Amino acid sequence: MKVSLNWLRDYVDIRVGIKELINLLTMGGLEVEAATPTGQGFEKIVVAEIQSIRRHPNADRLSLVEARTSGEKFSIVCGATNIREGQRVPLALVGTKLPNGTEIKRSKIRGEVSEGMLCSEIELGLGQEASGIMILDPDASLGAGLGEALGLADTILDISITPNRPDCLCVIGVAREIAALTDQRLQYPTLSLSDAGSEIHQKTSVTLLDPDLCPRYVARVIEGVKIGPSPYWMRNRLEKVGIRSINNVVDVTNYVMMECGQPLHAFDFELLEEGRIVVRRARKGEVFITLDGVKRVLDEEMLMICDGVKPVAVAGVMGGLNSEIRAQTRTVLLESAYFHPMNNRRTSKKLGFETEASYRFGRGIDYGGCLNAANRAASMIQELTGGRVVEGAVDAYPKPIRPNPIRLSVPSVNRILGTEISTKQIKAYLKNLELDVREEGEERLSITPPSFRGDLEREIDLIEEVARLGGYEKIPLTLPKGPPSPEEMSRELILEQKAKDLLIQHGYYEVVTYSFTAPLSLNGLGLSPDDPRRQCLPILNPLTADSSVLRTSLIPGLMETARYNLSHKNVNLRIFELKKVYLPAQGERLPKEVKTLTGLAMGMDGEVHWASSVRQVDFYDVKGCVEDLFEFLQIKGITFDRAEDIPYLHPGKSSKIFLGERALGVLGEVHPETMGHYEIPGKAYLFEIAFDQVVKDAVEERRFRPLPKFPAVHRDLSLVVEDHLEAEKVEEAIRLLEQPFIDELKLFDVYRGVPVPQGKKSISYRIRYQASDRTLTDDEVNQYHEKVISRLREAFKAELRG
Amino acid sequence: MKEELEKIQEECRASIALAKTEPEISEIRVRVLGRKGSLTQLLKRLGTLPDAERREIGRRANEIKEDLEARVEEGLRRIQKQERMESLGRERIDVTLPGRGMVSGRRHPLTQTLDEIIHIFSRLGFGVVEGPEVELDYYNFEALNIPKGHPAREMQATFFISEDVVLRTHTSPVQVRTMEKKRPPVRVICPGAVYRCDSDPTHSPMFHQVEGLLVDKGITFSDLKGVLSVFVHQMFGRGTQLRFRPSFFPFTEPSAEIDIECFICEGKGCGVCSNTGWLEILGSGMVDPAVYRFVGYDPEEVTGFAFGMGIERIAMLKYGINDIRLFFTNDLRFLKQF
Repeated sequence: MKVSLNWLRDYVDIRVGIKELINLLTMGGLEVEAATPTGQGFEKIVVAEIQSIRRHPNADRLSLVEARTSGEKFSIVCGATNIREGQRVPLALVGTKLPNGTEIKRSKIRGEVSEGMLCSEIELGLGQEASGIMILDPDASLGAGLGEALGLADTILDISITPNRPDCLCVIGVAREIAALTDQRLQYPTLSLSDAGSEIHQKTSVTLLDPDLCPRYVARVIEGVKIGPSPYWMRNRLEKVGIRSINNVVDVTNYVMMECGQPLHAFDFELLEEGRIVVRRARKGEVFITLDGVKRVLDEEMLMICDGVKPVAVAGVMGGLNSEIRAQTRTVLLESAYFHPMNNRRTSKKLGFETEASYRFGRGIDYGGCLNAANRAASMIQELTGGRVVEGAVDAYPKPIRPNPIRLSVPSVNRILGTEISTKQIKAYLKNLELDVREEGEERLSITPPSFRGDLEREIDLIEEVARLGGYEKIPLTLPKGPPSPEEMSRELILEQKAKDLLIQHGYYEVVTYSFTAPLSLNGLGLSPDDPRRQCLPILNPLTADSSVLRTSLIPGLMETARYNLSHKNVNLRIFELKKVYLPAQGERLPKEVKTLTGLAMGMDGEVHWASSVRQVDFYDVKGCVEDLFEFLQIKGITFDRAEDIPYLHPGKSSKIFLGERALGVLGEVHPETMGHYEIPGKAYLFEIAFDQVVKDAVEERRFRPLPKFPAVHRDLSLVVEDHLEAEKVEEAIRLLEQPFIDELKLFDVYRGVPVPQGKKSISYRIRYQASDRTLTDDEVNQYHEKVISRLREAFKAELRG
Repeated sequence: MKEELEKIQEECRASIALAKTEPEISEIRVRVLGRKGSLTQLLKRLGTLPDAERREIGRRANEIKEDLEARVEEGLRRIQKQERMESLGRERIDVTLPGRGMVSGRRHPLTQTLDEIIHIFSRLGFGVVEGPEVELDYYNFEALNIPKGHPAREMQATFFISEDVVLRTHTSPVQVRTMEKKRPPVRVICPGAVYRCDSDPTHSPMFHQVEGLLVDKGITFSDLKGVLSVFVHQMFGRGTQLRFRPSFFPFTEPSAEIDIECFICEGKGCGVCSNTGWLEILGSGMVDPAVYRFVGYDPEEVTGFAFGMGIERIAMLKYGINDIRLFFTNDLRFLKQF
């Protein structure tokens, strides 16, 4: 909310500098987001009096003006027609730069010298009025700077008001906080107008048909008003805080709202049929045209202000075209009411707009201040429009609201805050906030909040007030006693970190993509219609169609990330994401959130370098990484089975990952059609692992295995076998021999070509033989090795090579 | 004979000093100390001398022999060293050629920031728990003292899955879920993704938060200040100025926003801090008694505090990143910088 510093000074003495004031308010809970000085740059624009006006000899539309300041005289060429001799006007002297950029120079206009310029409001940046020169008060001091003469020099504070403090949505509210924080009393505006008298009851009445939604409605009537523009000071104050000036009556309602937080509405009394007000719920489907000319369809939970016949305003939201103040309005009925905050907020939300009034009603206004605000506004309208306030006020308030007293125990304050604040001090703080404080015994207080502090209902609310007024900075710093959390970090999170570490060592970059995606993004995976991943959870109110469902797979996000990077020439990619997918669960309100690990590699296996060569990444890069991951997590017995039915993977270059019977994931080359769908050229390889499954089997503890005491013996073995024979089969055959001394089996070469016959390949293993209790002799090893060779020969018709 | 002896020593010393190669030294050794060397020959003639003279010259001759042997050794070492120096000098490489790197990846900057946060709170005795991102309205709002129609709901533009299921707008629901499951003391942080319908350079529809909760007997606002001061100083540096500013959250009271002094302008005011000199980094407060009622804790018995922070915001401040969307486009040139 914007607040003028000059306006604040009407109610509170501000003795501190602007920086300190900002700090004071911010540390008191009213965060000042910006402080903008206004009314600068008026030093060379002075108050001058027009002495004579003559016609310009060479131009019909110009006149020659003689003007004087305190001592000097100036000749000015002027085009305006609204000036008269004796008026005081703003004169921009030579050398001034106006807000619109115009620089005032001594010049000759059609042969006549001009020593300055008389200015309009728009030229001064003070308002929208462009039709003539700005006319100042007759008692404005001659020669004085315009800033001083108009009180322009000001600072506008932009304060962020938290939803619990609607009382601060007005100048008096903010001033009240300043007063409390600086230990002063607030100066309320003095009110000369009385609300006594009964004349009003002959003129009008107020009927509350739904007092649950409108507990209080005050009306006053002002007769004989003359609608016109407001004086400059009022327009200036309103415009500085962002409110457009309309006319003297509407401006007063806005002014009083900004001053004391009570939204007011002014009706043209002559347009109110039967001259009375009825407050009732709307009828379902009732149609009403609001001030902005929009036709609104209402429902029975919306509160309407009506005259004797028809609706004239949506209560607390916006008035109607049928009763607004017009140029010819003579009599005004002023509304100052309290509407049910939540109902008001709902109406405003349903109608899809918020006004300054509904913003305040929706957060809760001061129900105790309705009458005062009406009196204040009526008196100002009388003053500015030459009207007469009809004696007395209608105050429909069938069940006056009384705030409940709150018990406050001083030990509670200190128990929550960790302080040692005394009863005396607490009383002082709360009294400064205009709270009614009574002692109820040793260290016990009973506090009744004023009607403008609807947020104070419980002891804890008062404890916050004490903390705030005492200053958070005065509360000491301590560390909590008590044991550390037995929770520690979840196993899943620890394993997640380990898995990430391993992938990073393999050159993978972690990416984070959005959890929501386009419904079509899954299409590229070619999933069958009954695949559960096609059942994405839709968002009812997505920002865009491209982000309207929750993802069931991380692959589309990785593919899109790959495409983005390729189009930015990042061609060697290794990326992974370890995040959740969201799978709708039958009969459950919430979906299953499953952590999934997906990685993608493409391009070369490293950057070009003068001392090493690079090659295209392939299936075995990705597989190696996955193998390492399982080894690192100490999951034993992982198998990789050929798979031809994963729709987004190349049928000849893909594999399913199993632990026994349980599928843990897939890996392989991305299917060319999937690549095409995401518009990615080249080849890419991916792995996809159900991380929640992996967590079940990972072993965190590590056990030390004693180092071998005796040397190992290596034997190499090259076999020529059928080309289609899978390596896993060979290894399995060796394993099945259950040779106790085979410690490690390493495939170190696969070769096709001369001299190996076509349709065959040569595979070479290095076998490590090791006994834990002795050094194996050559003879022994040869014996074991022969067994291996003969087994393989037999099983695969393998021939020993070289 | 004595003169002869001295002469051999002198000549031999001189030629060792002049020798430049190993063979030259060997040649000297043979010539003087070898079986047929001049000194050996001379020693053989010692027997021809009278006793007294023989003893004296004999002693002297042995001294000279030891001296020359030592010198030969020293000469050899000198030459070997010199030769090694020369040969090393010939093995020159271009030290300005670029080195071979390891092809290693990186953690996402958000993960790095989160890891740091987790690390700091772990040392303060906090455990880490997680909760669902698709959440019931009850946990996201109701049980956090934000009933339907509360203005605070409008401050958090919410994505809906159905009328009572939302994408969580903050990590605070994990507070409630944790307290439902466990009696006090509770001392946990809860990291995770959160969602709001907002998108511009400083707002992303998905972002990440870390929530913290400490409930026990006798926990005070001063504990909140202590714990979060430790956090700020470890996260942003020991000298970081910070302030606790009164604020409002429906589920804490008293509530405090924590600002740190803007490190770009050092508090003078600049574009990054909107000329306030301060940067908001954390929301916090004492858990509102109304929340305890939802989870069956007795507010007369236990007290506690909660806090929450945006990981993106902290990472943006820490690394000077000016557009939140960079975190989610995952440009490799961006990821490589962290």
